[in-house]
Amino acid sequence: MKNTLPETGGFFARDRVMHPPAYTPGYKTSVLRSPQRALISLEGTKSEITGPVFGHNMINEFDNDLIVNYAKPGEMAIGQRILVHGRVLDERGHGVDGALVEFWQANAGGRYRHKKETYLAPLDPNFGGFGRCVTDENGYYWFRTIKPGPYPWPNGVNDWRPAHIHFSIFGHGFAQRLITQMYFEGDPLIWICPIVKTIPDDETIKRLIAPLDMSNTIPMDMRAYKFDIVLRGRRSTMFENRKEGN
Amino acid sequence: MVQPLNYLKESPSQTAGPYVHIGCTPNFTGIHGVYETDLGSGPLYNEKTRGERITIKGRVIDGSGTPLRDAMVEIWQADADGFYNSPSETRGKADPNFFGWGRCPADMTTGEYVFETIKPGRVPHAGRWMAPHVTLWIVARGINIGLQTRMYFSDEEEANAEDPVLARIEHRVRVPTLIGKREGDVVTFDIYLQGENETVFFDI
Ligand SMILES: [Fe+3]
Repeated sequence: MKNTLPETGGFFARDRVMHPPAYTPGYKTSVLRSPQRALISLEGTKSEITGPVFGHNMINEFDNDLIVNYAKPGEMAIGQRILVHGRVLDERGHGVDGALVEFWQANAGGRYRHKKETYLAPLDPNFGGFGRCVTDENGYYWFRTIKPGPYPWPNGVNDWRPAHIHFSIFGHGFAQRLITQMYFEGDPLIWICPIVKTIPDDETIKRLIAPLDMSNTIPMDMRAYKFDIVLRGRRSTMFENRKEGN
Repeated sequence: MVQPLNYLKESPSQTAGPYVHIGCTPNFTGIHGVYETDLGSGPLYNEKTRGERITIKGRVIDGSGTPLRDAMVEIWQADADGFYNSPSETRGKADPNFFGWGRCPADMTTGEYVFETIKPGRVPHAGRWMAPHVTLWIVARGINIGLQTRMYFSDEEEANAEDPVLARIEHRVRVPTLIGKREGDVVTFDIYLQGENETVFFDI
């Protein structure tokens, strides 16, 4: 860990305007699953500004290689080989070290390995569709995978998800917990997807679109996409240490 | 002109979708051989952990009264003495045998989530003592941004009455939505996303 001083400051208030609201009728499942009442505002207590630490030692060698982590020995997942990489930052622009990043996705044909999945695209016997890593001291992460396919889903009669990778990120405090999705530059399905459009503002949507990164593309092997993720920032510690009564 | 603040903005949230379990609890979905165990599964305690063993269980229920069968719940809590196992815990050292975090997918048939844990101690906030509580984070298909709430304990009436967070809730009729009902070692906490008993969710 680069920073030996524990961070004890409260988190910046969440800007709820740029997140999707709970109730978004264009995404039908949200209708019955959206709280209707106002959230109760609460400045972070110890219960939210603290969080567990996931060490690098829980990560196995191939956890960040979806091309082989489920494949039979000597075999590989089918699809366009890509490298996804970037940094987990906080709103101060600091790299978040030791962040747990988990990801899951459909296979090259747009099919998930899940018992409730009914799409007729075939399963790839060598593709599980998930992986994880822990960021390094600068907040950097990377993993190797195949580009997921778009898939149809029951919402409108003809709704398709753009190609995407789901991300779950665990920073330093439980209040930073975030799940989001990464999209791919140039995909026309992004702008007609009801789930993407739960985010009210197009400029904000662009922050989830990973650009093709030719600089990090490995010639004759795999293209790279760069995806930075920003977690909530936290205040400096110096004025935070109020007497706590014990 | 002034100097720019140069802060970044948090990445926008997107729903966890129906297949969050593939990424977070693959063994639960029947995908074995990649991760030895699902992160956050199993009891939060071991034989050396201090504190009273309890089971927390419940369901996440939608506006039609139907339990969600694709939700995922995470909990985070203090140890028996009220310390968090976190670098940001500066008041003292938490029980090294208590990690304090758990993750549970809702049962695919009943929608029930279950945590085997210990009862947390009280944690101070701004010079007052909070009542024992567990912090929860709920995601699922149809939930656009993870929901944050807390569970307090029905056998802690006195402490609950002094709790500064519960005191914050203007509509007192809503306070019971945050109280897990304790019977023996089992604490039941159903989370209502909508309706008359909509659970209090926090903007933290
Ligand atoms: Fe998906």
